[in-house]
Amino acid sequence: MKQHTPLTPGIVAGRLTPQEYEANFGDISPRLAPHEASVAANRCYFCYDAPCVTACPTSIDIPLFIRQIATGTPEAAARTILSQNILGGMCARVCPTENLCEGACVRETAEGDPVTIGRLQRYATDTLMADGTHPFTRAKPTGKRVAVVGGGPAGLSCAHRLALLGHSVTIYEARAKLGGLNEYGIASYKAPEDFAQREIDWLLQIGGIEVRTNTKVESLSKLRDYDAIFLGVGLAGTNSLGLDKMKNVRDAVEFIAELRQQPDRAKLAVGRNVVVIGGGMTAVDAAVQSKLLGAENVTIVYRRTRGDMGASDVEKAHAETHGVRIVTGAVPAAMGAEARFTYAADASQSLALAADQVLSAIGQTLAQVPVGEKDGLRHEGRKLAPKPAPDVWAGGDCAAGGDDLTVTAVAEGRDAAESIHKALMGA
Amino acid sequence: MANLQSTFVGIKSPNPFWLASAPPTDKKYNVERAYEAGWGGVVWKTLGSEGPPVVNVNGPRYGAIWGPDRRLLGLNNIELITDRPLQVNLQEIKEVKRKWRDRALVISLMVPCDEESWKDILKRIEDTEADGVELNFGCPHGMAERGMGSAVGQVPEYIEMVTRWVKQYSRMPCIVKLTPNITDVRRPAEAAKRGGADAVSLINTINSITSVNLDSFAPEPTIDGKGTHGGYCGPAVKPIALNMVAEIARSPETRGIPISGIGGVTTWRDAAEFMALGAGNVQVCTAAMTYGFKVVQEMISGLSQYLDEKGLASTADLVGRAVPNVTDWQYLNLNYVTKAVIDQEACIKCGRCYAACEDTSHQAIAMSADRTFTVKEDECVACNLCVDVCPVESCITMRELGLGELDQRTGRKVASFANWTTHPNNPSAKAAE
Ligand SMILES: Cc1cc2nc3c(=O)[nH]c(=O)nc-3n(C[C@H](O)[C@H](O)[C@H](O)COP(=O)(O)OP(=O)(O)OC[C@H]3O[C@@H](n4cnc5c(N)ncnc54)[C@H](O)[C@@H]3O)c2cc1C
Ligand SMILES: Cc1cc2nc3c(=O)[nH]c(=O)nc-3n(C[C@H](O)[C@H](O)[C@H](O)COP(=O)(O)O)c2cc1C
Ligand code: SF4
Repeated sequence: MKQHTPLTPGIVAGRLTPQEYEANFGDISPRLAPHEASVAANRCYFCYDAPCVTACPTSIDIPLFIRQIATGTPEAAARTILSQNILGGMCARVCPTENLCEGACVRETAEGDPVTIGRLQRYATDTLMADGTHPFTRAKPTGKRVAVVGGGPAGLSCAHRLALLGHSVTIYEARAKLGGLNEYGIASYKAPEDFAQREIDWLLQIGGIEVRTNTKVESLSKLRDYDAIFLGVGLAGTNSLGLDKMKNVRDAVEFIAELRQQPDRAKLAVGRNVVVIGGGMTAVDAAVQSKLLGAENVTIVYRRTRGDMGASDVEKAHAETHGVRIVTGAVPAAMGAEARFTYAADASQSLALAADQVLSAIGQTLAQVPVGEKDGLRHEGRKLAPKPAPDVWAGGDCAAGGDDLTVTAVAEGRDAAESIHKALMGA
Repeated sequence: MANLQSTFVGIKSPNPFWLASAPPTDKKYNVERAYEAGWGGVVWKTLGSEGPPVVNVNGPRYGAIWGPDRRLLGLNNIELITDRPLQVNLQEIKEVKRKWRDRALVISLMVPCDEESWKDILKRIEDTEADGVELNFGCPHGMAERGMGSAVGQVPEYIEMVTRWVKQYSRMPCIVKLTPNITDVRRPAEAAKRGGADAVSLINTINSITSVNLDSFAPEPTIDGKGTHGGYCGPAVKPIALNMVAEIARSPETRGIPISGIGGVTTWRDAAEFMALGAGNVQVCTAAMTYGFKVVQEMISGLSQYLDEKGLASTADLVGRAVPNVTDWQYLNLNYVTKAVIDQEACIKCGRCYAACEDTSHQAIAMSADRTFTVKEDECVACNLCVDVCPVESCITMRELGLGELDQRTGRKVASFANWTTHPNNPSAKAAE
């Protein structure tokens, strides 16, 4: 392949050298060394009824696991984490901790410098997973069968907890691989080296979980034999810009999915001038990864204020240190070789950006759900009610309530499993 | 998972972690919450005689020393035994024991040093169904001024006498709690054994002044401008306690007497160390007072992981494992030669090892212009100081020289085992066998 550069016009692959790709897509926050872990862990005050625990959607006993690291038992620490959050390894990598546990840390209050809970969580879970064994044992089979629709964080968490409690689980997953957005969405440098699949292989060691990939559930009627159904179908649809669709406009989620599935980054085409429309995590990830693929200029354009953006301050800073420019208060007007925006504050003023490629990241929606009114399905706003029908539960992004985060999906999947267990076994 | 079930002088508890007699065990509310958090047992806050309860000061009772980051390392207190009415304590003990059958509940006692007082208190506690009694011969402040606590614990004859009364008037297992404020802890332990004690527990707190207020010129804690020595406890006292436990565990006179290890137990590792030195279980006070009852959960998970890793099926298999390796200086192998090694990858070039060795030890570390620190094997006496002052764990380690290897400092090859008893410089050396 001819070597292009960031200056090559148009949308092309191979803008960087192999060394540059490797450096750009390496682990953004590598595992702590034992010395680092010990210093970090010893900063924890072991707070009473700790605010970090309250801030964690899965309520991991953070002071306890950090103390277990501090006393040289990271394996015990991992069990503390995983007993609450079976995807504790992934969450350690992807959680916006600045808004969750670390944001609540009393040392953030004291010194503006929280205990690095996320990295300590990774230290513990990596240590335990390194030996390949699974720390939990399944209860005696109950003879109950549960269908889990969707193999993302919500579905996986639900399936694991159900299996742990002795139920037989079948996961139906439309795509070729399990993992949901862990596999197809999360920024590649947050979970490199195929971590999503390694974590799933490890998770499935619990036993009692049958996996059917490439199996999209079109209708729940086929699943009526099961004793219960859990829907963790995520938000498979995306909002459209509502402008004339131009060739160079692409959906950011799809762009990221392709990137996640292509191990050879040199094969990924990206524009010289990239414009990302949106203000959330997806916009930031699409912008930063465009830059890392060698785009010369990347601009995020968001229609409201900087404070309104869904991306956290840390994520915005992350984008900016990677050379991404963030423009706010500008509304898309027309997309072409130039992307044109008008300013919300003053419609007479406009902005024109060179745009070889436009990535649209203006939010996901509940795609067509494999259930209808006849199933007694309840909607809450644009999402499913957490418990939509008598024998149907829902959790994760598709369900109303909670943030659209991996950790929230894990919490809701787990809690749905406990609720199903109660319903099936009679509390 | 290893089984942490523990049996100490016939008293069963789901784990070997008991709360020591102190404020955490002062009342039903505390003890029940401690059990809920996972503590295997408690020794109830020391009870005194029937009659008007003791009074405590109404100003601060604690002094403290801290490490960096204000980590509490040592605590001292001037608190006395329970200041609640005896009847209330007895009633609560009974209620708690009924409700928590699987947990250990031992009553700590301290009454005047006469037979009648002991006979009386033992009768009063009889129907609480408590699992045993612990005799508080340790409290070093206040009560000692009234001829109790460490005033008894410092006189072996009194210990023996009181222990005898207790064994005579009660069928409960009797644990004698020893004071460290004494020259040789083996003497009171022997006295307890002679008196028929089922076990000893140690240590109680150490006489101490933690700090002096330099504005008011009074020791802390200060009560209206005056202070008194208090009892010291917490992580800082662990080394003293470990030694005392080991001395009792290995002394021919006291070997085999069950020991409840107390003093600075803060993590599973501290507990395992006490047990390896012969303690059948451990008691904890300061760690709970610093971190709350939940701190036991780390002790439980850590000890059970450790036992698993070592292939030990139960805590009983750990107890006393290190005792045979505690010996007198004269029996240490003088031909065991080690040298410090600095891991250049791990070194952060702070130079603390250099300062320690160059300024205060044996000038055995070289420092280059680019701050590379290396050990001069021909000067290194293997004192280990550099290891201890290095801020990076495992950056400096001690390498053992093999048999026959040249020790560059002495110019001699490493020979086989020989200790002081056979050393030529020892005027009373015996010829090597
Ligand atoms: C680009 C991007 C980056 C993100 N980065 C972060 C981050 O850094 N940190 C963070 O916490 N969160 C992040 N999120 C959000 C996070 O990924 C989601 O909140 C989380 O994955 C939701 O989990 P879920 O299981 O509910 O849904 P999903 O992960 O979407 O999984 C749903 C699964 O259901 C399957 N499915 C759908 N319909 C059917 C059907 N009919 N039959 C069978 N299977 C079906 C899908 O194929 C999919 O595998 C990001 C999201 C995106 C889009
Ligand atoms: C405030 C306080 C009060 C105590 N009161 C008693 C007591 O009433 N009876 C007793 O036997 N020991 C008492 N102790 C001593 C403890 O039981 C224990 O022996 C000592 O604190 C050492 O253990 P630690 O380092 O875990 O704290 C007290 C200790 C403290 C800090
Ligand atoms: S801990 Fe503080 S608030 Fe509680 S009794 Fe003591 S001095 Fe008062």
